[in-house]
Amino acid sequence: MTVADVVASVCLVAGSFLCLTAGLGLVRFPDVLNRMHAATKPQVLGVLLVMTGAVIRLVGQPIVWMLVLVAVFQLLTAPVSAHLVSRVAYRRRHVRRDLLLVDELGVPAPSGSTAAARADEPAEGPERAGG
Amino acid sequence: MTVVAIVCFALLGAGAVLILARLALGPSLLDRVVSTDALLVTIACGIAVYCAVYRDISLEPVLLVVALLAFVGSVSVARYIGGMLVKAEETPEERS
Amino acid sequence: MSARVGRLRQQGLLLVWLVLVWNLLWGTFSWANLLSGALLAVVVTTLLPLPPVTTSGRFRPLAALRFLGRFLLDLLVSSVEVSWLAFRPGRHRSAIITVQLRTDSDLLLTVIAEALSLVPGSLVLDLDRERKVMAIHLVQVRDAAHVERQRANVLGMEDRVVRAFGSAEDIARLDDPSTETPETEGVGRR
Repeated sequence: MTVADVVASVCLVAGSFLCLTAGLGLVRFPDVLNRMHAATKPQVLGVLLVMTGAVIRLVGQPIVWMLVLVAVFQLLTAPVSAHLVSRVAYRRRHVRRDLLLVDELGVPAPSGSTAAARADEPAEGPERAGG
Repeated sequence: MTVVAIVCFALLGAGAVLILARLALGPSLLDRVVSTDALLVTIACGIAVYCAVYRDISLEPVLLVVALLAFVGSVSVARYIGGMLVKAEETPEERS
Repeated sequence: MSARVGRLRQQGLLLVWLVLVWNLLWGTFSWANLLSGALLAVVVTTLLPLPPVTTSGRFRPLAALRFLGRFLLDLLVSSVEVSWLAFRPGRHRSAIITVQLRTDSDLLLTVIAEALSLVPGSLVLDLDRERKVMAIHLVQVRDAAHVERQRANVLGMEDRVVRAFGSAEDIARLDDPSTETPETEGVGRR
């Protein structure tokens, strides 16, 4: 193994580890917004690391540009989808208010808020089966 | 390099299993959107690891498609739910 | 006149970006790819026009480098933080804060929101465009002092972005303390 291979391996393993972290956070965190943090954020760095590792391994072949493109797209698109999902989550009140230390946005819950929350699924019932 | 491949695939696989657990548990639609997104990104990472370890470039177009699909999927579902929300509540401040 | 020039420049940048993406997709830069990419870019931009973005700012390489470096550092540090949060036993408290921003440009606000969302630990929930108030979800806060520190972090991020890409006007607004006081009433600061 050359030095480049070692660097690439470290990048690949670290990136994969961050993907595992995303899964773990997704299972353990209490509400949608927290899960958004877990799912999208370590993964951005994870994808960047994996792509870096792959570029190091595959350098010299024309197709590495595609990997760069994937990384750039990931950087551009992850915030957009995260924002869209989190905004909908907040407005549907899929947020555990009791776990918030501060809530300065404070959209007042409308009178029918429980009904509105039930329109989809419960924001956070007691964790089912194995929670 | 084989060791690296095994370690990476083990980590990614464990991550994917956890994500699938959240996908199955829910409880809300948005949780499932988030986990689908994460799952697709994990798959993309797996393909990239495969390409890197075996120096095989035949799967790279798939990688690009999967990475973009994750974005398009989650955005369209989030917008769809947002639309349902506007229809369901019809309060002026919700219509942005 | 200058608006027209700006629009042309913006269209040009978009065309260059599209051609670049097309070439990267094919993996090689060749004349055939460049020509077909240019043709495709023109077709796409005429068929699907985008609303014009006012790009009044200019690009300062040194400040941009500073922003980029700090951004990568933030990305690294807080990725580790969020990962640790996922492994650590016990629950954590999160918070939603509102921050009064000072810049008033669509493009800069977009860059700020993107950068904030990419850095783990903060997630942009909403942006009140008229009052320039951004609502941000923080994944973990320990106490009120920590919240204030995070707020300062957000303002620091704004500062770096505006100094990198903003116009002279935007930077002047950044330094002028009077823009901050009247609107913060009742939106943040507890």
